[in-house]
Amino acid sequence: MTQQAPVKYYQVGSFAVGNRLLPSELRTVQSDPARANSLTSGHRACQGCGEALAARYVLDAAMRATDGRLVAVNATGCLEVFTTPYPETSWRLPWLHSLFGNAPAVAAGVAAALETAGRGDVRVVAQAGDGGTVDIGMGCLSGMFERGDDVLFVCYDNQAYMNTGVQRSGATPPAARTATTEAIGPSPGNPFGQGKDVPAIAMAHRIPYVATATVADLHDLERKVERAMAWHGARYLHVLAPCPLGWGSEPADTVRVARLAHESGLFPVYEAVQGEVTDVLPVRRKVRVEEYLRLQRRFRHLFDETGAVREPETVAALQRMADQAVRRVGSGRTTHRTTYEESR
Amino acid sequence: MLQQVEGSQAVAEAVAACRPRVVCAYPITPQTHIVEALGRMVRSGALAPCRFLNVESEFAAMSVAIGASATGARVYTATASQGLLFMAEAVYNAGGLGLPVVMTLADRAVGAPINIWNDHSDAMAVRDAGWVQLFASSNQEAVDQHVLAFRLAEELSVPVMVCMDGFVLTHATEAVSVPDPSDVDAFLPPFRPRQVLDPADPMSIGAMVGPEAFTEVRYLAHLRMLAALDRVPALAAELGERVGRPVPALVAPYRLQGADVALVAMGSVLGTIADAVDALRDAGHRVGALGVTTFRPFPAAAVRDALGAVPSVVVVDRAFSPGFGGVLATDVAMALAGADVPVASVVAGLGGRPVTEASLRRLAERALDGSLEALSFLDLDRPAVEAALAADGSARPTGPTAESVLRHRGARSRRPPGSPGTPAGPTSTEVAS
Ligand SMILES: Cc1ncc(C[n+]2csc(CCOP(=O)(O)OP(=O)(O)O)c2C)c(N)n1
Ligand code: SF4
Ligand SMILES: [Mg+2]
Repeated sequence: MTQQAPVKYYQVGSFAVGNRLLPSELRTVQSDPARANSLTSGHRACQGCGEALAARYVLDAAMRATDGRLVAVNATGCLEVFTTPYPETSWRLPWLHSLFGNAPAVAAGVAAALETAGRGDVRVVAQAGDGGTVDIGMGCLSGMFERGDDVLFVCYDNQAYMNTGVQRSGATPPAARTATTEAIGPSPGNPFGQGKDVPAIAMAHRIPYVATATVADLHDLERKVERAMAWHGARYLHVLAPCPLGWGSEPADTVRVARLAHESGLFPVYEAVQGEVTDVLPVRRKVRVEEYLRLQRRFRHLFDETGAVREPETVAALQRMADQAVRRVGSGRTTHRTTYEESR
Repeated sequence: MLQQVEGSQAVAEAVAACRPRVVCAYPITPQTHIVEALGRMVRSGALAPCRFLNVESEFAAMSVAIGASATGARVYTATASQGLLFMAEAVYNAGGLGLPVVMTLADRAVGAPINIWNDHSDAMAVRDAGWVQLFASSNQEAVDQHVLAFRLAEELSVPVMVCMDGFVLTHATEAVSVPDPSDVDAFLPPFRPRQVLDPADPMSIGAMVGPEAFTEVRYLAHLRMLAALDRVPALAAELGERVGRPVPALVAPYRLQGADVALVAMGSVLGTIADAVDALRDAGHRVGALGVTTFRPFPAAAVRDALGAVPSVVVVDRAFSPGFGGVLATDVAMALAGADVPVASVVAGLGGRPVTEASLRRLAERALDGSLEALSFLDLDRPAVEAALAADGSARPTGPTAESVLRHRGARSRRPPGSPGTPAGPTSTEVAS
């Protein structure tokens, strides 16, 4: 037999891996007709909602990893509202919504009840938006990390309070326009600050597993969920999930915008085991931040009508932030499989 | 079997006999001894399979309770005062979801000014949260009410709060009989939840409800609360028979026969009130008392029946609504609507101020001679208030009101213990907030 020609995985400039080209065991859970469909169709999310996309992949991957023995706890926010307009529900797994800021503690209670019932085989995923995670949920989340409750906590980060109409959260990036940081006055948009790096805060708790991901690499997202479910104890997954409504991006561009967030360096994609970064998803095509910013009307004030940079200092500051983020996470400590090429 | 035991320890043992599967709590005086005792029992393995979660806030404590209860576990927590307010959003959530959480409230004043001593302002703050609220007048009652609480909660799918006065009860050592675990097992069947998170039968709990159904959902919660008005007396009778002593139900009348004046109250002050009634009766005054044991749902019919033909009612409230008056007084007045009976509201015992028998007797005498105002504050230090008002009228800033009152009261006399201004309860080493 002649040597098979090497398979060319990346057909588009995006470096996305098409399921068609992969052997069935490497295909996404989502491509499996027998997937759980935990978040089924008919919900009320906007077109191109990154959160709906991410949640579907996360939960089905977790359902596969647990053989369908899964309970989901949800914080208040878009995901909760668009999935459960009473008396309808899009959830096909046991699902509990209590409040905005308490999902980590509610999930800890679910896990404790399962454990004392001798049902430790049933696992728990808690999910919240960035507001429910980095702001109002922070106290409960830190407590859950510190106690090591057996919960995978997933933050769907769309960088603002979307459900209440796009107000600023602790995860809103500098310069972004929100309804409470309007693009007016001498320094339009969200003020520059240090931000709140919740994956790093999670790592500082030395929990077994922390990872970031975007909806641009859904293989990576699913694999991280699968890895997370292989551990017990508190685990954290932070997923960048663009919101066309809040970001002012085209619904068709959700995946593209997420990919540019990664490629510009603004959103590093990595995983950390026991508080140490073990794997960084490489950026294959480095882009300048402008390429990312230009697609979003929340940054429109940084550019003029022709698309030329109007606020060079702000854009330069954002570029510095991106470069720093890349340096901070590093790139050389890759110990795990990062791409399908390397895995062969 | 009767034993000399601290109220907190007795309650912890009663809760343990109910076999909770998840206990979660955050420390706050004067609740701490209860959860410490339960923590020890869980640690020792005596309660297995049970988990004790040390959480990072009361908000988390109630949230853990919500998650565990929705997963089918019998759960217990305890708090007081600031802690209850810190968890308030989750307290309403447990009520709205109809989760049968049982919680002890070691009643304590709510600040500012911060104060660790007993009154009922914490319980009143969550009066409308959709929880059954039982008030204990003694540690024996508190113990029995906890056992009743789990059965009631799980039968009706409503959370139940057992309110017991901080320090006065929680830290008092007296003879109490803790129900035998076998009696509790016979009284309290295993928890069969109305709604449960189960992969074999997935359901969505906590969905958004709009104007088209919200009223009906809330009305059904109201009906469940009203059902407790029937179930509490029935369960109290059943438990009472099993343990061989009366278990309090809705109201507790005391020497109301032919009374000209009735003193109405909740909690441990009822003991002092009974002493005052005895003394007044001995002196030929026809005075009686009514304890309200079940505060929510409010037993309006039982209150009306018990007060019957008493022509003058005085409600002694250990909490009030600033700008209006006593909270229990309002409910009693509503229960008596149309009866043409004057209901005087007396605010007493705030922040641990002792409610003495002498003051209660004077109060009853004023009610008897018709000189009691519609709203009054028992043992209020008028000169201190006037001094603070006068200071307020001068130049600003005058500083915090609390300081100005303290300075004035301190500047006057060293008072004998037990007089107004000397809180009953903890020793100096226990004064921790
Ligand atoms: C205690 C409390 N405060 C505020 C709100 C209002 N609120 C509901 S959802 C929401 C925003 C949610 O933002 P995020 O967590 O980022 O989720 P998203 O909707 O963006 O997905 C807010 C502010 C609330 N429900 N509860
Ligand atoms: S507002 Fe944003 S997060 Fe919410 S449903 Fe729409 S796209 Fe999704
Ligand atoms: Mg958000």
